[in-house]
Amino acid sequence: MHTESLNTQSTFPTRHSEARPEHPPGIPLAIHDLTVAYHRKPVLWDIELNIPEGKLVGVVGPNGAGKSTLLKACLDLVPLSSGWAHIYGKPYRKNRHRVAYVPQRESVDWDFPVNAIDVVAMGAYRRVGWFRRVGKAENERAMEALEQVGIGHLARRQISQLSGGQQQRVFLARALMQDADLYLMDEPFAAVDAATEEAIVDLLRKLSERGKTCLVVHHDLATVTTYFDWLVLLNMRVVADGPAAETFTRDNLQKTYGGKLSLLEKAAEALRSTPH
Amino acid sequence: MPDLREILEVLLLQNYNTRLVVLSTTLLGIAAGLVGSFLLLRKRSLMGDALSHATLPGVAIAFAVMVALGGSGKSLPGLLLGATLSGIAGVATMLLIRHTTRLRDDVAMGFVLSVFFGVGVASLRMVQSMPGASAAGLESFIYGKTASMVSSDFLLISLVAGLSSLACLLFLKEFLLLCFDDGFAAAQGWPTLFLDVLLLGLVTAVTVIGLQSVGLILVIAFLITPPTAARFWTQRLIPMLLIAALIGGISGWLGASLSALTPQLPAGAVIVIVAALLFVLSMIFAPARGVIPRWIHQSRLRRKVDRQHLLRAAYEILEVQAGSAPVVNEPFPLALLLTKRSWTPRQLRRILKTARREDHLEPAAPDKILLSESGFGEASRATRNHRLWETYLIQYADIAPSHVDRDADMVEHILGAKLVRQLEAYLSDHDLALPVPPSPHSLEPSANP
Repeated sequence: MHTESLNTQSTFPTRHSEARPEHPPGIPLAIHDLTVAYHRKPVLWDIELNIPEGKLVGVVGPNGAGKSTLLKACLDLVPLSSGWAHIYGKPYRKNRHRVAYVPQRESVDWDFPVNAIDVVAMGAYRRVGWFRRVGKAENERAMEALEQVGIGHLARRQISQLSGGQQQRVFLARALMQDADLYLMDEPFAAVDAATEEAIVDLLRKLSERGKTCLVVHHDLATVTTYFDWLVLLNMRVVADGPAAETFTRDNLQKTYGGKLSLLEKAAEALRSTPH
Repeated sequence: MPDLREILEVLLLQNYNTRLVVLSTTLLGIAAGLVGSFLLLRKRSLMGDALSHATLPGVAIAFAVMVALGGSGKSLPGLLLGATLSGIAGVATMLLIRHTTRLRDDVAMGFVLSVFFGVGVASLRMVQSMPGASAAGLESFIYGKTASMVSSDFLLISLVAGLSSLACLLFLKEFLLLCFDDGFAAAQGWPTLFLDVLLLGLVTAVTVIGLQSVGLILVIAFLITPPTAARFWTQRLIPMLLIAALIGGISGWLGASLSALTPQLPAGAVIVIVAALLFVLSMIFAPARGVIPRWIHQSRLRRKVDRQHLLRAAYEILEVQAGSAPVVNEPFPLALLLTKRSWTPRQLRRILKTARREDHLEPAAPDKILLSESGFGEASRATRNHRLWETYLIQYADIAPSHVDRDADMVEHILGAKLVRQLEAYLSDHDLALPVPPSPHSLEPSANP
């Protein structure tokens, strides 16, 4: 079956052929016809996405919209019911080294017996390979990564003694260690202090100046247009995607958040119209 | 009761009968400490318990098979092979339940634990009534017994314990990543399923070689207690592994020796009691997270907080008394202090007593308070730090001035000299000119009528 599809590719491109003409191979993240279901209930449906290179991309949507699942689907962490996600034109398993992942902070036990720098060094484990210890050079890089996120002085601190914002910075430093081209970040701004938020935004801008692409799950609608230059509005399906300024419209938000947002807006309008 | 010479003979491994048993249990303890550390960090302790209970049917069935083949049925390698296979069957059942149904993990573990153990007990009774075979002694697999041991059994147990320990050190980095963040590990391309199976395989190996001496009911305690105790001593993984191995080794050595001296005690229970004692000692005394060191640390902090509160309250009273003139150290009424904070008279008496002992107060009239020279200096310093911090919070953290006092009170005690200098630099434009900057909020007690 596989050989057949290869043979027919030139004349009859099949639905699942690897290189569709509209996806140039250099595109950091191309998603086609992607559906993910947990226990028969679909979480993501018919996702079609092309993320352009060097952009800061915000993924926005209500709770349960499948934002984290979208990242996990790109990373082969959840089984796909259909479709595919390609990293720079190849399946994830072939281009793993070009992707860095920042999971949600609450996904790990922070009372674990390791120091900040030990966690950052995990970003180099794949380079180090089986059985070998993390060497001096990698430890120096880990230290640099910690300094880039502004907490070099906390390198030897046990991770439970860090604040939430500092823990988030440790995760970012670990992603920097991976030295990737595409960064997938799950709610890095969740419950962090103002200084950390600023530091993360700075870091994102620097990454994008260097041509890196960042896909960031984000919650705070108030900062969406200042932080990101590209947007994906998600609620099980992609409601809208494109340049942030054009995509962040009242109409699109209404479609994404449905009743929840309209209720807020009605309340706001009611307040405005009350004579005072 | 055994006399001292006998005790020493056993403890120092001079007694030939017990030497092999004690030595193998010590090695087992070291392996249990290492493997158990990862089992604990992976949060799979319950799975280990289910696994050890699932080994019992295998012991009984292996006995029956060996008798049917014409042997005595008591060959240790044969029995352990049976235990291993049935332990693996138990784990496989758990994984099957997890992946094919939507039952929770603890249900799957409870199910496997009780069903396999039940089948094991029943089949043990059956093989004991088999004609022409003596199954006496098989019960020791439940509670553990330091039976004397032939050297080939010793070699088998030592080899498995040694290889398991070696595997833990070899896969240190991989297990660490798996236990801390399996999602990240999988995204990086590590075979997390293989690593999980390997870890469970090591748990199975240690459980099986621990069956004879510790017994299947208590072997989980032998796996979990040493690493839990070690966690009190350190905040890092490698020291934790070493300490867990040490505690496991000591428990195995002492436990097996004690049980060899008093054969009526089941070995498993003695070993686990020794491990539990070491756990309690660690919990109380260990410097990193022990109860007593933590308590000392906290009461020191509380005394420091009390002292700074007292001195700052005194300074602010003097400030109000001085009005616009420079603040001078003079006696003031004791009653004023009570209005400054929510101290009860008794608390205040205790705090004043400590302050007198620390030479922060001078003797004065009974209802008056007079700071000593060092007390006054300390008071102006504490007040200054507090004000710097308050101003910083108002300027930079957008906190309403009415809420600032509480937070500042809590945080300033933790401020180091370095941070205070940083704050001074931040606020140098309006603060450095004054020894104590003016308070950013009103000093009049708001609750006062």
